[in-house]
Amino acid sequence: MTAMCDVSFLLLTFFILTATARQPDPLDVTIPSSTYKLKVPDLDMGILSIGKGKVFYEIVGKDVKMSTLDKMGEKYSIKFTPEERERFGVIGAFGVPVQSLKQFIMMSGDDRTKSGIATGIPADSTNNQLAEWILQSRTSVAELHGTSMRISIKGDAQEEYPAVKKIVDILQKQKINKFSLITSAEGDAK
Amino acid sequence: MAELDTSGGGKKGKKVRSKKANTKVDLTAMVDLAFLLITFFMLTTSLSKPIAMDIAKPDKDDKSTEKNELRASETMTILLGKNNKVAWYMGEAGKSTPNVESFSDVRKSILDNKKKVAETTGGRQIIMVIKPTSGATYKNFVDIMDELAITKITTAPAIDDENITDAEKDFMKGAGIL
Repeated sequence: MTAMCDVSFLLLTFFILTATARQPDPLDVTIPSSTYKLKVPDLDMGILSIGKGKVFYEIVGKDVKMSTLDKMGEKYSIKFTPEERERFGVIGAFGVPVQSLKQFIMMSGDDRTKSGIATGIPADSTNNQLAEWILQSRTSVAELHGTSMRISIKGDAQEEYPAVKKIVDILQKQKINKFSLITSAEGDAK
Repeated sequence: MAELDTSGGGKKGKKVRSKKANTKVDLTAMVDLAFLLITFFMLTTSLSKPIAMDIAKPDKDDKSTEKNELRASETMTILLGKNNKVAWYMGEAGKSTPNVESFSDVRKSILDNKKKVAETTGGRQIIMVIKPTSGATYKNFVDIMDELAITKITTAPAIDDENITDAEKDFMKGAGIL
């Protein structure tokens, strides 16, 4: 019995440690379900969340995030301190204009959703920060890992199609013609 | 493990011997709980992963003139409208009246058409054109892609949200789904 107990607790510890803590999603989206079987990869990904007319962006990987932030800071001439870089490296999805990003980074997790600062990333043709984020993160992935980044779209089920189309058009402008739609698993065909 | 020596040294005689208590702890409940948690963590780590549906759209800036012509008789166009309705027709736009259906019925239509095309052309695959209109929701789009996967349409579907013809728009307005 003692040995069994030891083994089971060892395994338990292993599974608890390997299970990654789920980042709270700042944008509440209900993803539609599908019968596809392909799992979403964990690496070199950019996830676009679309819901309620807003767009949030999540870059997977700490090094990619930090490198993307550097590039964005250069582009919009905002200086980020090493502490801000470090904090941005562990952030999940974000949806703020780059101008208020500094403020957003220094907030605690709770305030980020409460403060109402997360208005989505501007994606208009005059101020297309989203396209810039995508472009810079793709460059970062290419530089750091030598592969191309996969773009996934996580859309709210009730979102109007034109809102999704607008984002897809931004992707297509950067010659991303292949992307994944994230759905939840569904049982076999009804 | 969970045993202690409570015999109280090696003193002679029986009078000073302390009471012998059974200190073996019953581990059954603990092991049960541990295994329950193991099962839970094992399942949640692998099952909570979302699913990716790969979508490829045609290159907008593709200037090449080499384009395959589609045979109208082998083409099924599905228009996604509002209120979770679809309209589909075979062949060319305007020539055949579209059928308005709900998502639960469209699978049967796809299968019927797939079979019909295969029979009349000697085993050729049906070509699907998906046209999501402004009335459709994101879920509709995912659902129709899913239907294609379920009905085992192996040719890549053409996703066209640019060229929705006037005839199609008029019909959809008439049917009240645009």
